[in-house]
Amino acid sequence: MNHNALPLFEVFIRSKRGLDHRHVGSLHAQGHEQALEYARDVYLRRSEGVSIWVVNSSDIVASQESDVEQFYDPMDDKPYRHATHYQLPDEVKNL
Amino acid sequence: MQEKEHERRQQEFDAKVANEERIEPKDWMPHDYRKTVLRQMSQHAHSEVIGMQPEGNWITRAPTLRRKAILLAKIQDEAGHGLYLYSAAETLGTSREDMIAALHLGKAKYASIFNYPALTWADMGAIGWLVDGAAIVNQVSLQRTSYGPYSRAMIRICKEESFHQRQGYQIMLVLARGSAEQKALAQDALDRWWWPSLMMFGPHDAESAHTAKSMQWKLKRESNDRLRQKFVDQTVPQAECIGLKMPDPDLSWNEDRGHYDFGEIDWDEFWQVVSGNGPCNRQRLAHHIKAQQDGAWVREAMHAYQEKQQARSARSAA
Amino acid sequence: MNSKANKQDANKQDIVNYAIALGDDSLTLGHRLSEWSSNAPFLEEDLALTNVALDFIGRAMMFYSYAGEAEGAGRSEDDIAYLRDCRQYRNLLICELPIGDFADTMARQFLIDVYDVGFYTELMQSVDETLAAIAAKAIKESRYHLRRSEQWIKRLGDGTGESHDRIQRAFNDVWGYTHELFEVDKIEESLINQGIAVDRPALKTDWERCVQSVLNEATLDTPDGQWSIRGGRAGLHTEHLGYLLAELQFMQRAYPGLEW
Repeated sequence: MNHNALPLFEVFIRSKRGLDHRHVGSLHAQGHEQALEYARDVYLRRSEGVSIWVVNSSDIVASQESDVEQFYDPMDDKPYRHATHYQLPDEVKNL
Repeated sequence: MQEKEHERRQQEFDAKVANEERIEPKDWMPHDYRKTVLRQMSQHAHSEVIGMQPEGNWITRAPTLRRKAILLAKIQDEAGHGLYLYSAAETLGTSREDMIAALHLGKAKYASIFNYPALTWADMGAIGWLVDGAAIVNQVSLQRTSYGPYSRAMIRICKEESFHQRQGYQIMLVLARGSAEQKALAQDALDRWWWPSLMMFGPHDAESAHTAKSMQWKLKRESNDRLRQKFVDQTVPQAECIGLKMPDPDLSWNEDRGHYDFGEIDWDEFWQVVSGNGPCNRQRLAHHIKAQQDGAWVREAMHAYQEKQQARSARSAA
Repeated sequence: MNSKANKQDANKQDIVNYAIALGDDSLTLGHRLSEWSSNAPFLEEDLALTNVALDFIGRAMMFYSYAGEAEGAGRSEDDIAYLRDCRQYRNLLICELPIGDFADTMARQFLIDVYDVGFYTELMQSVDETLAAIAAKAIKESRYHLRRSEQWIKRLGDGTGESHDRIQRAFNDVWGYTHELFEVDKIEESLINQGIAVDRPALKTDWERCVQSVLNEATLDTPDGQWSIRGGRAGLHTEHLGYLLAELQFMQRAYPGLEW
């Protein structure tokens, strides 16, 4: 282990109240507390947010490209989950 | 069988690029694409970080408190941009330490412009106006680069960078409208920074080793010469507007082309600086290496402290 | 009547000088911190340190522009910063010391952050509304600065053998400059009595308690209080300030009276 390499954290910012946290990038820090502080210095220099999440990058479990077929393709043939699937007469409002 | 699979993936990749879809970190990508995008991002990140030095050398001497704060904030943005780009590059599994090690070994490059010295306060104006101006022309086109994390970093960077060029131009404006001495400072800075700024776009398209492939992959969206022309066209009127003269006798408006014609870059100088023999190459690298070495004990301390903390919380949990 | 007017003038000048002294504290320290740009141990810390520098430079601008206004002699914030020599500067000596290594910078910063949190909390109560308003902004910054520097003291003190030795040495070397944080002269005393200035001697007990507790946790010894160096508020500085001003003021001295 390289003692000089600090762990990587992913940073998520809520830009204003009512919105989701969004991934903005990553940074290196010694622990969660410091990662939060650096996130403020690195990603909020122009008041871009009201709330920060930091997550150890190694804790993120990501789907693999090889999973694409089993994960996402089966969802493609279920148009009945979308409102646009249901054709209604134009006179009907507020639906 | 394996070959067929590879071909299928290559086709999928090509289709994504052709459809202006972004390539994301977990996607399959050709080996050379990965290598090229990593080289481009790390070079870009190093440029931001090394680029802090020429301006950094004027922080303590800025002529007013307001200028000092602006300059500091601008240089801080450059650190931030370096960080965004390292962060984008790290999505490909190469650590920042490795990228910095490559820089220190001379294997990774950074923009040659930063190997010129910042001699007077007017250079802060020229750098913001010309160097950031040239960088922005390039970066605007890179917002549509095909690698997702790189493109997103560029969008963020362009948003922040708009103030950099304006503050630089405004420094020049004040000088150009100031005393004779100040105007001379501004003209001298323009004379020294103009040609190196044009060099920032790299060799002519015909001689650029990476251009064709990068364009095909949509990593690069516009060619060196096109971007350079764009920069000249937008900058010449800005100089005229504040009464400064471009140091190029061949510069003239070409009605037929609808562009400015301009003189030939001194390519000998260009290659000299690229290959490490510019006025400040050694100084810039030595500075970066020293800061890295001086900080080693701090990073080690952080690591040791973290381990102790973890051991403590493990003990108290047991 | 006349003597009352004179007294008011004298008091006004005292407030001007007080604001300038607070501006000098902020500017010299902000200037020092800005020297970390491109020199920090890693990129995140470079951004963080220069953020702190910007806070202090911003504070200096507020104090100076208030001093200029209150004085009414047409001096701008830049006139005050750039056109006074060493003997007219009134900052506490600790602020002007060179940055040294990262341990020196953090030891100084921590001691000042603890002091500033106490100081600006009190200054918010000043009967002088402008000083109170500046303090209300500064206190938020200083609380954050302290959160950072306190963590750093713990990390360095309880990190490796080398970091422990470096930060211990840094505290030992800077300690003598902390005494004057809590010493005031007659003029400042009078401003304290009027509710304008902060009673700095009264901050000392809390400051010592806080510093000692963090140093303990960081496995560090609190240096002994024998030696002390003072004189900043009287314009008696270390040799370092001259060089700081030579750089800071270079442009204004080389090209006097111009706009930038």
